[in-house]
Amino acid sequence: MMGRYFAIRIGRAALTIVLVVTFAFVVLRLSGDPALMILGPEAPPEVLAAFRKAWGLDDPIWFQYLDYFSAIVKGELGRSMRDGRPAIDLVLERIPATLALTLPAFVFKVALGIPAGIYAALHRGSAIDRAVMMTAVAGFTVPSFVLALLLVLVFAVQLGWLPSGGQDSWRHAILPIATLSLGGAAVLARFTRSAMLEVLGQPYIRTASAKGVPWRKVVTSHALPNAAIPTVTILGFMVGTLIAGAVVVESVFSWPGVGRLLVVAVANRDLAVVQCILLLVALTMVSSNLIVDFLYGFLDPRLRAKGAHA
Amino acid sequence: MAPLVNIEGLRVAFGGVPVLRGVDLTLGKGEALGLVGESGSGKSVTWLAALGLLPRHAKVSGSVSLDGREILGAPASLLDQIRGGRVAMIFQDPASALNPVLTIRKQLCEALALHRDLSGKTVKAEALRLLNLVGIPDAARRLAAYPHEFSGGQVQRIMIAMALAGNPDLLIADEPTTALDATIQAQILELLSTVRREMGMAMVLISHDLGVVAENCDRVAVMYAGRIVEQAPANQLFADPVHPYAQGLIGALPPLDGPRRRLTAIPGTVPDPAHMPRGCAFAPRCVFAAEPCGLAAPSLAPIADDRAVACIRAEASRRALLGIAAE
Amino acid sequence: MSALLVEVSSISRSYSMRSGMFGRSTAVHAVDGVSLTIPKGDTLGLVGESGSGKSTTGRIVLGLEPPDRGEVRFDGKPMAILGTPAWRAQRARMQMIFQDPLGALDRRLPVATQIREPLDIHGLGASAEREDRVRELLRAVELTPAHGGRYPGALSGGQRQRIVLARALATKPDFLVCDEPVSALDVSIQAQVVNLLCDLQAQLGLTLLFISHDLRVVRQISNVVAVMYLGRIVEVGSADDLFARPEHPYTQALVSASPAPGRRSAGRIVLAGDPPNPAARPQGCAFHPRCPRAIARCASEVPVLSSVGGGRQVACHLVTGPRAETRDAA
Repeated sequence: MMGRYFAIRIGRAALTIVLVVTFAFVVLRLSGDPALMILGPEAPPEVLAAFRKAWGLDDPIWFQYLDYFSAIVKGELGRSMRDGRPAIDLVLERIPATLALTLPAFVFKVALGIPAGIYAALHRGSAIDRAVMMTAVAGFTVPSFVLALLLVLVFAVQLGWLPSGGQDSWRHAILPIATLSLGGAAVLARFTRSAMLEVLGQPYIRTASAKGVPWRKVVTSHALPNAAIPTVTILGFMVGTLIAGAVVVESVFSWPGVGRLLVVAVANRDLAVVQCILLLVALTMVSSNLIVDFLYGFLDPRLRAKGAHA
Repeated sequence: MAPLVNIEGLRVAFGGVPVLRGVDLTLGKGEALGLVGESGSGKSVTWLAALGLLPRHAKVSGSVSLDGREILGAPASLLDQIRGGRVAMIFQDPASALNPVLTIRKQLCEALALHRDLSGKTVKAEALRLLNLVGIPDAARRLAAYPHEFSGGQVQRIMIAMALAGNPDLLIADEPTTALDATIQAQILELLSTVRREMGMAMVLISHDLGVVAENCDRVAVMYAGRIVEQAPANQLFADPVHPYAQGLIGALPPLDGPRRRLTAIPGTVPDPAHMPRGCAFAPRCVFAAEPCGLAAPSLAPIADDRAVACIRAEASRRALLGIAAE
Repeated sequence: MSALLVEVSSISRSYSMRSGMFGRSTAVHAVDGVSLTIPKGDTLGLVGESGSGKSTTGRIVLGLEPPDRGEVRFDGKPMAILGTPAWRAQRARMQMIFQDPLGALDRRLPVATQIREPLDIHGLGASAEREDRVRELLRAVELTPAHGGRYPGALSGGQRQRIVLARALATKPDFLVCDEPVSALDVSIQAQVVNLLCDLQAQLGLTLLFISHDLRVVRQISNVVAVMYLGRIVEVGSADDLFARPEHPYTQALVSASPAPGRRSAGRIVLAGDPPNPAARPQGCAFHPRCPRAIARCASEVPVLSSVGGGRQVACHLVTGPRAETRDAA
């Protein structure tokens, strides 16, 4: 029965990917002529025509779509219109650079956000709670490019401790990682705090205390497992943004990752590359959602048992 | 005989708003005490405060002693031994009273591990014995189940099993059957009275249902707006209530047989705890209220053996009685 | 005998319910062959535990849900089709009150506005007349015009239920379905609302269907009481008589389970087993697995609700004989 549950989930995930790919295709085709964008308005008409023919741009749009789609199914993601290299190669070679930012940032988000949220919930109304919440609101509302520029201003321009951009050493990674971590940690802290407060107000917490369970254990073995259930949702979302969650930050810090590739490719109407990245993003998002669904089943016996009963 | 629990002048306030305004109560060993009153009267808060289970921002004062030992404001380590060990508690809403992500076994064995010197196999055997005792069918297999796999009545049975785990001297049952259907309520009440008899345990039954309390308790205390207004043996209270509020509560209950009569509803509503009337809190709703009622709150004073009332009318009649006796 | 306002003939309603997220769907017979009649100006009480189908019956009678089988007639005519003008006209004559007044009221609007709303919807009276009517309704439920300016959050539970009642009475309905209207209220407030309902019924000649799990309240307000168990009516009788001398073993258990001050639980019938599950109804008499008096026949044959005299109807194989002294008279 769990099998059917996951079959439905996977079916939905596949549908999501198809929709994303289709959407990207339509929007990109409608927003401008790639031949003009790449060759420039002064290009002679016959050159433009040749370019369009070479890339199949003069076929009817539904034909281009089917062509493109069948290629994707076969695993062919097209070639960059800029330099003719396979789009997938262009994207794959950028992934390590992005992960170099997003993975450490993910670790920091979790390591900072979750404990801060738990602490704030347990000491609700205290000075530390208020400080955590204020920081969290700030981190939540300040857009990442503003935060990035602020950090650059302070640590690169004013203090001169760290470089403001580039990818030459580990020191270049500090500011981008900090930017990514702070915003995410803030979101996570808020979320964890409210999940924890919700759980602490539940009657079973009072039952545990009434049984004589010491408060420390009430928190660790009764409250945390329950608060983990909603928190996993937001963690899943964060895992989903590992590949392409750094578009803004990479642009600000001139970090040659997937995000910057995307910005450049969109500006150039390099369709194959954009579509390839979107597909990749959709895949990571969808698979992280699948993992979350699976974790729900693991964390919440109410979901698990429904499967077993049927 | 020394009382098991003695509560004196217990007061509780939330954010400066008093919800418990001086409660005095004693409970003998093995006694079944009923606590009735409407929502907000403070019947649950009394015991949550006594056991230190109120949120931190609650301001609690007064004295609560268990076997002569003060437990109000006692260190957490002592309270953790008392809670679930000497005094166990079960609550109204069975569906949310057990932790949804832990198995019954885990929650039951946790209580056993805390209060009984048991280990390994004996813990599981004892958990099984308790589940059988409270009438959970197929207990051995059901130990591995989660709370949502049980019906409301069964969860309340499991709560009772958990409460019994520490061999408590006192069980506080806070509206234990309010969320249950009538036929299941009857089962749970019967179970409670059986285990109480067998274990010689005292019980405090908190309920808004006069019938439930009348049938299951030796003595009843009626609470109104954070105070006890009348205390009497159960049969006497229902046959002959003295406090106008107790009279009103009983008159408001529709009869199940005999002729139908218009219900004697108590007019008005319970006073807002933030704006308590001066004097007797019930005076604004009381048909007998007179001028002195608004001056000072009457204290709970004995009117006979084992009966006490907080009403100036009772005080007046008592003085008259005493006057006659003195002659 | 006065004319019947509501006639319900053998209505049934089942839902398909999935057991869990991935389960096979099973048919749940919420209501199964229920027939009722309510004479004009009378109150019919409907009692039962959770899963008995009493609330579903109330919704079908009001036309909020269509029955799968059977028919509801209101004032001699079949229920109009949902959404038609005829239906709206009929609906203005019947109203409903639920257990949770806070959920039935909009927290963001003063209560007077909410009492007025049905008048606006049905276009009853000129604007000034509507204001007068709202004041009149507030008085009818023993509140003052000052209460009308407040928001639901600023009123007590009993006052909110009065507001809901005033709103239900705005269109001068003939028929009121009350589903557990006082169950969430404290005893003293409950008595106020029960008295008010009785008074209003007498003044306005209302016909009531009063649904509750509370035998005492139902008896207090009803002329006739029907007891439901797992979607079927198991016993019907006059309110005074039914609980004094219950015939069906389930009614007997219910009465016995209802605690009374001044009576110690001697000789109480405590039913074994869990409350019944409508998704897995036992064969034969649905009550037989919990019935202390069940015989072999109960497990195979569904007992039919039949008259045993004295205005009493019982659906039980063991209560076949008419009550001797009343049979000829009936």
